[in-house]
Amino acid sequence: MPQTITEKILAAHAGRDTVVPGELITVRIDMALANDITAPIAIDLFEKSDEASVFDPEKIALVPDHFVPNKDVRSAIQVQAMRNFARKYHIKHFFELGEMGIEHVLLPERGLVLPGDVVIGADSHTCTYGALGAFATGVGSTDIAAAMITGEIWFKVPESIKLVYHGQRRKWVTGKDLILYTIGDIGVDGATYKAMEFAGDVINALPMADRMTMANMAIEAGAKSGIISPDEITLDYIKPRAKRSFKCYTSDPDATYAEVRTYDVSDIEPQVAFPHLPENTRSISSVDRIPIDQVVIGSCTNGRIDDLRLAARVLNGRTIDSNVRLIIVPATPTIYRQAMAEGLLEIFLSAKGIVSPPTCGPCLGGFMGILGPGERAVATTNRNFVGRMGHPSSEVYLANPAVAAASAVLGRIGSPEEL
Amino acid sequence: MVLEGTVWKFGDNIDTDVIIPAPYLVTTDMGELGKHCMEGVDATFSQKVQPGDIIVAGKNFGCGSSREHAPMAIKGVGIACVIAESFARIFFRNAFNMGLPIFESTGVFQGIRDGDRVSVDQDTGEIIDHTIGKRFFANPIPPFMQELIEAGGLMPYILKKKVHVNP
Repeated sequence: MPQTITEKILAAHAGRDTVVPGELITVRIDMALANDITAPIAIDLFEKSDEASVFDPEKIALVPDHFVPNKDVRSAIQVQAMRNFARKYHIKHFFELGEMGIEHVLLPERGLVLPGDVVIGADSHTCTYGALGAFATGVGSTDIAAAMITGEIWFKVPESIKLVYHGQRRKWVTGKDLILYTIGDIGVDGATYKAMEFAGDVINALPMADRMTMANMAIEAGAKSGIISPDEITLDYIKPRAKRSFKCYTSDPDATYAEVRTYDVSDIEPQVAFPHLPENTRSISSVDRIPIDQVVIGSCTNGRIDDLRLAARVLNGRTIDSNVRLIIVPATPTIYRQAMAEGLLEIFLSAKGIVSPPTCGPCLGGFMGILGPGERAVATTNRNFVGRMGHPSSEVYLANPAVAAASAVLGRIGSPEEL
Repeated sequence: MVLEGTVWKFGDNIDTDVIIPAPYLVTTDMGELGKHCMEGVDATFSQKVQPGDIIVAGKNFGCGSSREHAPMAIKGVGIACVIAESFARIFFRNAFNMGLPIFESTGVFQGIRDGDRVSVDQDTGEIIDHTIGKRFFANPIPPFMQELIEAGGLMPYILKKKVHVNP
């Protein structure tokens, strides 16, 4: 029976030859992830279960990244709970400050998630790892507690939507713009319960960082997962990092899809998602003069070295508008060091931006750049819900790192072409 | 079992950031989370709501983050159940796993008004708006998820079964 990549991975992890969409199955997991917001609930539940050990201390990752460096006493207590749990149960992949990075950038960087894996994470952006050809999805803390005991999770096999991109990407158009455009097209519940499979010439030529940005935002269309078949670009990224064997799956040509959509990217401009939903997208050329107060470049969506290079290309030799605050957040210590070695930090500081340690802080309105009443931000993050980055009357506009950097210089939402 | 309460109505795409804003995600205490429930859309919601009241919403309720604090806050403030046109998938999963009854039913958003008295029969899925005398039906719950509810949530369910991959 012809199958999609998603069906093949799920079948293999359920010990089956095939699975069909709609079936409820139990699958074995290769990695379970939780952060400093979601782990404490999972830890409480695990401790109450009286289990003596976790199913496999090497297949659990605990990443304190949301409110770290601890923003207050209560967030410090949550990280203490993770640290103590990691010690007690010999969890191999607990990341202390200095090693810690934003989870969905850190795990691929460390080779902890690989093609063909089933990965669950108590964080909605766990779908990022689909860019490597893994089945990866966000779940809740209770799911993680249960999986830490059994090493398994139940799923309804999702239908797949195939999104095919062809044509020539315009200047300044990145993976972020392709996914924002797609969400604008299908809506924030356009892929609910489904797997979004990204394909076509444009995806085949897309760098790994852009692929991760696209899979990362599958959740913003309601999807269970986003996935891209592994190819040479994937293997170039994976091979130096992988410390265990992995398997590359691809969809059969005659596999069944709930829907196939084709996009000619030659027509797509850089996109901006207006408040308060990621589906409220507009092309940059149709955005009016909207003054801004803050720009954030970072997050699990766009905090990779490629993103920082893109921002630096725009900011090099320029100074940001005096009414704007620019916060740049390298997603991991490795990226931070690389940005330093390449002279990017010098460009950011000369432009009058600041460089934060790795953290999710500003993206979810946690700390490190909260917006006041009525303030507007352009952010390379993933959500622009009411109050997402601060006061309920503040506004978030989502964009790629080049548009965000250009907007910081212009003092309003704008394109690098205007500089 | 029949749940009956007064309706608080919300629109489409009610996200987890407005259900429980991120600054409050520094506790796992359900009662404390409940004090800030829906603060992103209605700052005084937790003071107005009565135990046993019911939330009725449009499509894609609970979109956004995987934070289980969202169904916890709703349960913590005393809401008996959520009825919506549709739910976002992680919220749907979390609600079942931690024991917040939720019902998907087409037409409820148009049909049911804010402040109406509504009852839900958890066994049959029958939803009655007593104020206007209208009747709706919830989509049936898959048998496996019914087992989860009967066991009292995911943790009691797996501990009862004790299925270990690496014993």
